[in-house]
Amino acid sequence: MIETIYHVLDLLFPFAWMDHIFMKNAFLAVLLVTPLFGLLSTMVVSNRMAFFSDSLGHGSFTGIAIGVLLGAGSPLASLVVFSVLFSFLITWIKNRSSASTDTIIGVFSSTAIALGLMLMSYGGGFNKFSTYLIGDLLSITPEDLLALLFVFFAVLFVWALIFNRLLVLSINPSFARSRGISTLLVESVFAALLAVVVSISIQWVGLLIINSLLVLPAAAARNVTNDVKHYHLLSIGTALLSGITGLVLAYYCNMAAGATIVVIAAAIFFLTLLFKPYFVK
Amino acid sequence: MFKTILHHHALSGGDCAKLCCTKIEDFSVHIGRMDIFSHVHMHIHCGQLTALIGPNGAGKSTLLKAILGEVPHTGVLHYVDAKGKHTGHPRIGYVPQYLQFDVSAPTSVMDIFMACLSKRPVWFCRGKKLRPRVLASLARVKADHLIDRRLGALSGGELQRVLLALSLDPLPDLLLLDEPVSGVDKNGLELFYEIVADLRAREDMAIILISHDLDLVAKHADQVVLLDHGVICSGTPEEVFHDPRTHAVFGMLAGTPEGGDTL
Repeated sequence: MIETIYHVLDLLFPFAWMDHIFMKNAFLAVLLVTPLFGLLSTMVVSNRMAFFSDSLGHGSFTGIAIGVLLGAGSPLASLVVFSVLFSFLITWIKNRSSASTDTIIGVFSSTAIALGLMLMSYGGGFNKFSTYLIGDLLSITPEDLLALLFVFFAVLFVWALIFNRLLVLSINPSFARSRGISTLLVESVFAALLAVVVSISIQWVGLLIINSLLVLPAAAARNVTNDVKHYHLLSIGTALLSGITGLVLAYYCNMAAGATIVVIAAAIFFLTLLFKPYFVK
Repeated sequence: MFKTILHHHALSGGDCAKLCCTKIEDFSVHIGRMDIFSHVHMHIHCGQLTALIGPNGAGKSTLLKAILGEVPHTGVLHYVDAKGKHTGHPRIGYVPQYLQFDVSAPTSVMDIFMACLSKRPVWFCRGKKLRPRVLASLARVKADHLIDRRLGALSGGELQRVLLALSLDPLPDLLLLDEPVSGVDKNGLELFYEIVADLRAREDMAIILISHDLDLVAKHADQVVLLDHGVICSGTPEEVFHDPRTHAVFGMLAGTPEGGDTL
């Protein structure tokens, strides 16, 4: 199966960077992951959740640390479970408390990162965690790709189910509730979706920059679009384009792939900012 | 935890036979140790425009949210439809006061209608089928020319009319309007009142409107309720505006609604 895909990639892209197996794997991962970031980022930006998604990255610090301490092989399972619970907790408290959202997220985010650091430094073995800070896109295995494929379709499915309600919610929560939308449920599902995507991709993209992939594509797209359909298309397009060019550029210049992808996405954002007056009605 | 607006187990109202009506009985809301309002009784018939007036912080918006079921409250909501059948709970339409809306959000008027009316996600929805229905909805509030505009590019009055059109599809039994204190110009406000008054007659709908413009209330409302942490007085606009208690709440300025004063 994977051999056939490799063969097709060789035929489609007869370039030097595609010669290596790890580049083929990374390329396939980019094709699967960046559209998800593009998709989710539309509502992260529209619902002003950039700070929330940032805190998910911080929260995963604790998730990784717990996973490693429990010694359950790869800390991925512990990471996903912890991130989803963490996102539910923030959403729930945000809905119940009258304190401002950014304060609540700030409290949780800083607690999680401190707890994570504390647990990681336990026994003095902090260095083995450094890959999570920067991420390594070239370390993806065919098994990871299969898992990614599954997540890709699962996220797409859930996204189709909740999107309309999420859009109404982004306009006004009271109005959404008057139309019978359970706002807490919709918000929780979206938060869980974000948590899953963030925690599975953190080992490849890196904790420090993962949030930029949840903000930049949509931020660029909304500069030059006027309706939801184009917003989505352009956001996914931006994520995909910066993903592929970033990967190739990182190969030739020998740089961290995740960071290069983000820099290119940022460049696209500033480009769209220049063209904003010509597009937005 | 996942409570929705359906939490009102509305009972039948005995003395309302043959007329659809909504009765709010003994509504009270406390947040923490603060009494927002208590013992509010209101009786609203269909085809009636009830204006809710009162000073800032009187609990008007909270009352609407309590009727919606969004704010925990005590008291019951009775609803009986025109045929005397007990429909359980009224279908409530709601136009919120203001939108904390990001003006740069790329959402068109058509998009938000599709999100509300269609099950298919907006980015997958062709929208050709819905377009005539949306245009008809918007035409009812004189906003059909706005269908492809971005929500953020609308003026306060235009946005208010678009939201009104949204809350009218599907047609509600009870319409709650929270009029913004500011952000809508005088002409836009008058157009809005004309549309609402027209709706009341044509659709036989019960409407509760929070208003800050006493001139327009005097002109269009059938019933006025003065709220200040509880119902101070209620009745026809004439009765309420000449009630000494109204003068006490608003001061002398508001005593003569014909005088062109706006609160």
